[in-house]
Amino acid sequence: MSTWHDYLKEQGHAPDWPYPIRFDQEQEIDADVLVIGGGIAGCWAAISAARQGLNVVLVEKGDTIRSGAGGPGCDHWCNVPANPLSNVNPDEWAQHMADRPYCNGIGIQIQCREDYDTLLEMEQMGGKIRDTEDEYVGAEGRDAKTKFMISPRYTQIHSYFSGGKAITLKSNPDRKLNNVVIRVWGTTFKPALKKECKRLGVKIFDRVMVTSLLTEKGVQSARVVGATGFNNRTGEFMLFKSKSAVLATAGAGSIWMISTELGGYCNMMPRTTTGDGTVMAWRAGAALTNMESTGIMRIATGYKHKWYTGGGDASYENVPIVDANGKRLPYPIQGWVDWGAMLPAPGVEDKIREGILKGEYALPFYGDFPAMSEVERRATWKLMLGEEATTKIIIDTFNKAGYDPGQDLLQSYKFIEGVSLPQWREAGYGGGLLVDWDLKTTLDGLYAAGTQMFNPEDHSYAAATGRYAGRKAAAYARQVGESKISREQVAREKARVYAPVKGTGGLEWKELHAGIARAMQYYASEFKTESLFKMGLDALRKIEEESVPLLFAIDPHKLMRSLEDTSLLTYAQIILQASLARKASSFPLNFQRIDYPTLDPPEWQKFLTIKLENGKVKTGELPLAFWGNMKNQYEAHNKDYDGVYRGKR
Amino acid sequence: MSQEKLIAIPNITTPNNPVIFNQDICNGCNHCVEVCQIDVYIPHPQKGKPPIILHPDECWYCGCCVNDCPRPGAITFNWPLQQRGYWKKKATGEVHQI
Repeated sequence: MSTWHDYLKEQGHAPDWPYPIRFDQEQEIDADVLVIGGGIAGCWAAISAARQGLNVVLVEKGDTIRSGAGGPGCDHWCNVPANPLSNVNPDEWAQHMADRPYCNGIGIQIQCREDYDTLLEMEQMGGKIRDTEDEYVGAEGRDAKTKFMISPRYTQIHSYFSGGKAITLKSNPDRKLNNVVIRVWGTTFKPALKKECKRLGVKIFDRVMVTSLLTEKGVQSARVVGATGFNNRTGEFMLFKSKSAVLATAGAGSIWMISTELGGYCNMMPRTTTGDGTVMAWRAGAALTNMESTGIMRIATGYKHKWYTGGGDASYENVPIVDANGKRLPYPIQGWVDWGAMLPAPGVEDKIREGILKGEYALPFYGDFPAMSEVERRATWKLMLGEEATTKIIIDTFNKAGYDPGQDLLQSYKFIEGVSLPQWREAGYGGGLLVDWDLKTTLDGLYAAGTQMFNPEDHSYAAATGRYAGRKAAAYARQVGESKISREQVAREKARVYAPVKGTGGLEWKELHAGIARAMQYYASEFKTESLFKMGLDALRKIEEESVPLLFAIDPHKLMRSLEDTSLLTYAQIILQASLARKASSFPLNFQRIDYPTLDPPEWQKFLTIKLENGKVKTGELPLAFWGNMKNQYEAHNKDYDGVYRGKR
Repeated sequence: MSQEKLIAIPNITTPNNPVIFNQDICNGCNHCVEVCQIDVYIPHPQKGKPPIILHPDECWYCGCCVNDCPRPGAITFNWPLQQRGYWKKKATGEVHQI
């Protein structure tokens, strides 16, 4: 038995903290390029900067080997229209993807142009991207020559829109499949990325939480010249000096809800997803955009059955859904059969609900795996679910328990587990750092990649933009000289960081998190008005002034959790400030105001930017598609891009 | 039983047991401690013993510790009761749970 309580019972005392305690020690590290966050985007940024021959330092809150949303795995490489089997032109596809309002056209263009090169480099490093063992011969989408396996996602119908229409582009006029998504064996990726970082001499600091950016002379909005953090096992203070930095940490996953007693925080994200990077950039003076955009929380472990990270259900994709009596339901099959549609057409879900209540359909529903062809079933169960992030362990558990997809129906939790409550929301993937065509933020010396940018996308987007930001940050680092950090700025942050370990009692991090979440549920959820937003800001200010000083942490791990709370608190305040600034409702931003009910009036169809200037909140605006002509801009900024890495291996 | 000395401890965090270690197979290499994204585990003070589950309430069930264990069978995932999925035999209608 291995629980803490078992140990206590056996030994009669609690175990000692297993790591040396170094709260009063400090390490100083110099870097040409400092990468903050060692997930997919961060590892790629570090690798691409190191390939330019620079001194690269990578700092990660967990352990780079499996950290980040893409750490456990990934089953498909999205938006890779430059692959040889693609039937669409990459620029045209990028333009099509960027037609979605409030998306990030810069990131999408980079992904569409460079994702295939990135994928080939993943293979160079040891990631598996082809069916080299001929396991899936005969599966639809498998190319015999390249052994690539095209994914059934987004094949002809746009997946993002409910009941979407077939995509017809000039380059693909005869409604052929798009072939823009490739299946991959992503559980092999993260260890390979860490190995390549090490091979290239990247200095990796695992279990270090970065808490602040340092600016030249300590002035807000000045050039970023380093960062501070601490080791979350030993408590040691870490001071990083850099010529340029890439922010590649996670978004904010759990601002509106916490319930540890049901396990996994009831959110599709791990606890580590607390928006630290966005908040440290905000404090340094960087501009953010889309921060008012929120989504309905995809709650998972605890409140719902867990498939993917709670966002979907494995009894759905590629699989026909039947009711308890085996009657087929009118859901699209979502794969080859229904041309990549991921959502049913509008109204279908309501009709099914009516049918349930009338006795037409019997609950629960099931994914009819036995009805699939053998090879498609295997590709779905073993490759798609077996390689995708957190589903691998679920598949393994089912297999060990005796589940046989060839003979058994997999239960669906549609309807019987309910839907998320409207006050449970998430910051989601809307807001983030404003970037330009170099993925540079509004601060000199600071670049952003992956989830750190406004409106980011998926795994391969993080990879391609990380690789790009690393390249651009390296080019900048070559041009600039050393710069001095402000000791005063460091001392201020040190005092802030260690305040919770000085306390002996008061408020514990979980309670603080729950307090922030409740304020956001009350004042920044379904019902939005100016006065509710202001009450929300008052509530958060009260928490900041009265509760944060009471925070206490008994060890470096709990100190990390406490400081994550302070990130969540600031992130919540930014959301409210941005919400106040948008005096209109918007459908794509999921932003419905009672006091400004008109949806998307033309004068409000624009990005709102928000930043701190001399400690004051300042808002601005940018037109939609402010990035200009995507193809031309990309080409103008990447004249020296030389494709797939051909360096020494 | 009645003679056993009891210590006073608070309620146990639930779920408290995201994984179960097999002491006969686990050699205490602590690879799971390293791959865990959020430091659910700490190494056992005695070398060679399975790690201690210190922060079970922070586990988000990503599975990396089990997936990457170099000694298969040393760690088994133990889904919380409310998270255990169901399936049905198509031929017989018999319902099973993981």
